[in-house]
Amino acid sequence: MTAPGGSNGGIRPQEAVERALAAARCDGCVVIADETSSANLRWAGNTLTTDGVSRSRQLTVVAISRDGKDARAGVVSRAGVRADQIEDVVREAEREAGQGSPAEDAQPLLEPGDEVASGASAAWDGPVTSTGIGVFRSFSTALGEAFGAAAAAGQRLYGFAQHRETSTFLGTSTGLRLRHDQPAGQVDMNAKSADLARSAWAGQGTRDFADVDVGALVADLTRRLEWARRRVELPAGRYETLLPPAAVADLLIYLYWSAGAKDALDGRTVFSQPGGGTRVGERLSGLPLTLRSDPSPAAAPALRCAPFVIAHASTRRSSVFDNGLGLQPTDWISGGELAALAQTRHSAGLSGLPVTPMIGNLVLDGRGSASLDEMVGRTGHGLLLTCLWYIREVDPQTLLLTGLTRDGTYLVENGEVTAAVNNFRFNESPVGMLARVTEAGVTGPALSREWGDYFTRTAMPPLRVDGFNMSSMSQAS
Amino acid sequence: MAGKAIDPGFTAYPLRELAAAALQRAADLGAARADFRAERIREQQISLSDGSLETLFDGDDLGLAVRVVVDGTWGFASAVDLTQAAALRAAAEAVEVAKVAAAINAEPIELADEPAYGDVSWLSAYETDPFEVSVADKVALLAGWSSGLLGHDRIDHVDASLHQVRECKFYADGATTALQQRVRLHPQVTAVAVEPGGRFETMRTLAPPAGRGLEYLGGGAWAGPGAWDFPAELAQLPELLAGKLAAPGVRPGRYDLVIDPSNLWLVIHESIGHATELDRALGYEAAYAGTTFATPDKCGSLQYGSPPMHVTGDRTAEHGLATVGYDDEGVAAQSWDLIAGGVLTGYQLDRRMARMQGLGRSNGCAFADSPGHMPIQRMANVSLRPAEGGPSTQELIAGVEDGIYILGDKSWSIDMQRYNFQFTGQRFYQISRGRLAGQLRDVAYQATTTDFWNAMEAVGGPQTYLLGGAFNCGKGQPSQVAPVSHGCPSVLMRGVRILNTAEEGA
Repeated sequence: MTAPGGSNGGIRPQEAVERALAAARCDGCVVIADETSSANLRWAGNTLTTDGVSRSRQLTVVAISRDGKDARAGVVSRAGVRADQIEDVVREAEREAGQGSPAEDAQPLLEPGDEVASGASAAWDGPVTSTGIGVFRSFSTALGEAFGAAAAAGQRLYGFAQHRETSTFLGTSTGLRLRHDQPAGQVDMNAKSADLARSAWAGQGTRDFADVDVGALVADLTRRLEWARRRVELPAGRYETLLPPAAVADLLIYLYWSAGAKDALDGRTVFSQPGGGTRVGERLSGLPLTLRSDPSPAAAPALRCAPFVIAHASTRRSSVFDNGLGLQPTDWISGGELAALAQTRHSAGLSGLPVTPMIGNLVLDGRGSASLDEMVGRTGHGLLLTCLWYIREVDPQTLLLTGLTRDGTYLVENGEVTAAVNNFRFNESPVGMLARVTEAGVTGPALSREWGDYFTRTAMPPLRVDGFNMSSMSQAS
Repeated sequence: MAGKAIDPGFTAYPLRELAAAALQRAADLGAARADFRAERIREQQISLSDGSLETLFDGDDLGLAVRVVVDGTWGFASAVDLTQAAALRAAAEAVEVAKVAAAINAEPIELADEPAYGDVSWLSAYETDPFEVSVADKVALLAGWSSGLLGHDRIDHVDASLHQVRECKFYADGATTALQQRVRLHPQVTAVAVEPGGRFETMRTLAPPAGRGLEYLGGGAWAGPGAWDFPAELAQLPELLAGKLAAPGVRPGRYDLVIDPSNLWLVIHESIGHATELDRALGYEAAYAGTTFATPDKCGSLQYGSPPMHVTGDRTAEHGLATVGYDDEGVAAQSWDLIAGGVLTGYQLDRRMARMQGLGRSNGCAFADSPGHMPIQRMANVSLRPAEGGPSTQELIAGVEDGIYILGDKSWSIDMQRYNFQFTGQRFYQISRGRLAGQLRDVAYQATTTDFWNAMEAVGGPQTYLLGGAFNCGKGQPSQVAPVSHGCPSVLMRGVRILNTAEEGA
């Protein structure tokens, strides 16, 4: 669907950016206009619970006031700004810039000709594409049929489907005009036996729902519910554990978010070098694992993300001064060694490392070719997980994380899944775990259970981990 | 109080006209029921790193939402422009959503009755609207706190932040029209020490987020009642951090615990607050946030905890983060029992669930975090009642031979049915023969909810009571956040499992 200009309060986002830049009197200005539309369906126990569509429009103005080497930045972001309110937003940002203290991440704004994104972004002038409830028309029909079949088979289906389109227009007083259109979608599907004792989950990221096969998702869950017909109790302890791609994504997305260069330089993360500096260059895994992000249009469609920095606020891992900076394919871990940390230009200057900002996708590749089923077939005695849940940091020194196994924890004996077991609370560090990975399978699309609402673009292999620390039993089923 | 009025920038919109147009359009298109919401949420985040400005972000969210029931199915749509055209379009879109969603709906939506309140307004209890004070003054305060701490040679880094929110909401359903505004603040300071060998520790202020204005920060132009004593708390941080660095690691095992309210509020949140949400019990969150072990068949019989345990849900506590005048279904704020004498007695409800379960009136827990989201059942302030004339924290500690006193929240995690949890804290003191005997480090405690609360031997008196809380309780898909407070006294627990987190990560 294409939204008519009238839906934008009478002004196109491109024009809002130009007007804001024209109104600016400060020493530098960045303007970001975001147009977002989304649609969602949620269900439980074979029936709808909530639904909805929404549209939003956000104008963010970064006003920069320079005084010698110092720069102060005021950031004001407002929803639903009308044409006649644009100048007010700019003035407010300029006022805040005047009131703040010098920004520690101050840098010159990028200009055309600097290392900025070029032809990679969408055409600036084109219309904004929006989504609506219609994106689910065939999906909801298939889902309704699946509810009927599930009820007949003594199953209950729970889950969520969401689709979102965001168009981001970035302009600077130095002449940059960059646009990125990002479709993003996800499906979570959870099947339970009628007595709720058995539960299985599958998730999928999608750009447009054309590739979502409800029947295939439900068939996979039915197979897992069958595995759980036999159930055994296992005590806490360290187990050889097979992590499917979703569970690998659960752990490695958190590792990625924890890989900020500035915190590492400050001596306060697992990636800090004792005595100063960072652990870049240090071996983390004996396997040739590569953890990378690829913002190029050559990335698989499901992974495509913004090819330039879009920063609505400065934080420890992002800087409003870097807006528009072109992103390059980046190895965070290369051949098992820590290769890069998430940088701003400011932190790169402090660390003497390349400028490698965060990117909106994440891929782990271990050069493996085995499927998860094949890895199960080669397992003598171990656990097979489905996904992890309620993951929280316990100790930043080692990046110790805790959390639970969820919706299908299975016992593997002599190459076969023989039973479902109780869930566990784990205490594990994804960094420490990399040293105990003994096998990586083939990399494929993965949706993190824990972080899939925020980070949908991941591809991971299944991993075999030695001595995964299951700290205690959970009664949850 | 000057300046204490609902944001004129919000009330300037033709809210009543928009509501009337949207509700009429929904009815014309076949909606059996409709409600209208408009919101403006102002937010400002200021963060300093080692005294330098790291984040200065001033944002808002604005929009309207229409929720309908068409042929027994929910429909919901929202728009960003507060205009007649957008309101009419949202009403039509909501009806369209209900028609598409009908393909997967098997349970007709009906809502519990609620009295009509007419045209009402409500303002939370605060003195100084943080958005009426200049950024410069707030940055200067945080910078002063930071430089004071950075002057200590034991402190290597200081993070100081202030998160401020002002939420304006307008609701209309034809029976009730409610205009509301509330303000909240979350100030935090963390000191970091890094040893030459690479080991590092942190110590954070215990000041909870509060439904208060800038007077909460104390001093200056915004002096007023209810200030937290930041000077005193900041003055203690260097020594507390040094003590933690020098502390021995805890020996794993079972210990008696005295838990300070600055730590216990989060256990209440996770193991009682979420476990007594009826939408979880009914499975609406089964694929995401999870369900609960405290199912309705156990209401009235489940021995949740020991007899001194009395837990209430409320949307009325002054300065509570979940406190409102009316919820997002026009239900007036209430207070009710969830656990009495240790026995499960109640749930948190919205109007749909109250009707479906035959529970009479809703207790007012429907809430949407933004105009773009449909209301779902969200947590009330869930609080543990202190014992009248009960012991002080010191007296609770005196009753422990070999144990640990825990203050401040840090890490938390609980399973999807709210059985198995693990928490850490800001600081831990060894208790030996009834007295504190220095700090311990690397402490985590693990328990199963009902084991834990049944191990509660004593509840402190009102003098130990503190209203803790969080801005960021997450639930629902699409994901929504909600602010919520939890009041509690200090408590004494017997025989809780303690882990050493350094050993867990080895």
